[in-house]
Amino acid sequence: MEHPYLILVKLFEMVGLGEFARANVHVIYTWFVMLFLIGSGYLGTRNIKMIPGKAQNFFEAVISAIENFMVETAGEEGRWFFPIVGTVFIYIFVCNLLGLVPGFYPPTASLNTTASCAIVVFFITHYIGIKYHGTHYIKHFTGPVWWLIPIILPIEVIGHMARVLSLSFRLFGNMMGHELVVTILLTLAGLFLAPLPIMALGIFVAFVQAFIFFLLSVMYFAGSMEEAH
Amino acid sequence: MATSPLSFFIASVIAAGFGIAIAAAFCGISQGMGLKAAVEGIARNPESSGKVTVTMLIGLAMIESLCIYALVISLILIYAHPQAQAIAALLGH
Repeated sequence: MEHPYLILVKLFEMVGLGEFARANVHVIYTWFVMLFLIGSGYLGTRNIKMIPGKAQNFFEAVISAIENFMVETAGEEGRWFFPIVGTVFIYIFVCNLLGLVPGFYPPTASLNTTASCAIVVFFITHYIGIKYHGTHYIKHFTGPVWWLIPIILPIEVIGHMARVLSLSFRLFGNMMGHELVVTILLTLAGLFLAPLPIMALGIFVAFVQAFIFFLLSVMYFAGSMEEAH
Repeated sequence: MATSPLSFFIASVIAAGFGIAIAAAFCGISQGMGLKAAVEGIARNPESSGKVTVTMLIGLAMIESLCIYALVISLILIYAHPQAQAIAALLGH
């Protein structure tokens, strides 16, 4: 299932690194997304004024919307981890949208990217738990009464591992499924512009999946910060 | 034996077809039930339509992710088949 035509892979082939490019497509497009986000962030914050110009206004609107939603869900004491979840949301959203541009491959259509994001969220969840509760963090895994521990503890641990699986597979499956459907429709009826409705749906799916990843991360962080039941 | 990986592959492809069909059917029913409750909520109280819509979309994405898990298993069965090399040799690559 070879991806037909990728612009950055062609660029790398001209330089002579074609093999590396074709084996690590998701890495190359991740570099592209990183360059794009860092570049646009730099351009948006070059001269910060009290009355914002267009780029600063756009970024302020996006960031304040994300931050207000996060504080609504996680509470005021959760404001400090806004940089990590905000970055995850914007990064995954731009990665997903990249798949809709012809000649580009979304990095999140590969399990490597999504699993890396999910593992980062997993480690930060436990870091937050240990930072806020110390060794009492184990009480999150033990349930209400002490004699149920042999049953509840494995279930909770497996539930935490399943979070990583579900986060990564949800995003990967959505993006991979979208890419597959577009590719198959292209080979079946490309001249009749058959993939276009699927790509219109793809914009919606890109936003919803990035938002779901962000929302679940915020809920996991809030859940590990609060007192155990 | 050359036929053993082929019959295993045939069984896997049939299983993949049935798997995703059943998953999509139940996903359709569940999302329909969620959607029905959301629309009833908006019909009762049109002012809450913003919050109800956001909650409904989150719920739909959660339910859809279960169908996506089944889709990934079906894709593994068809494309990342454990005996992929034997099948490819059989088909003459």
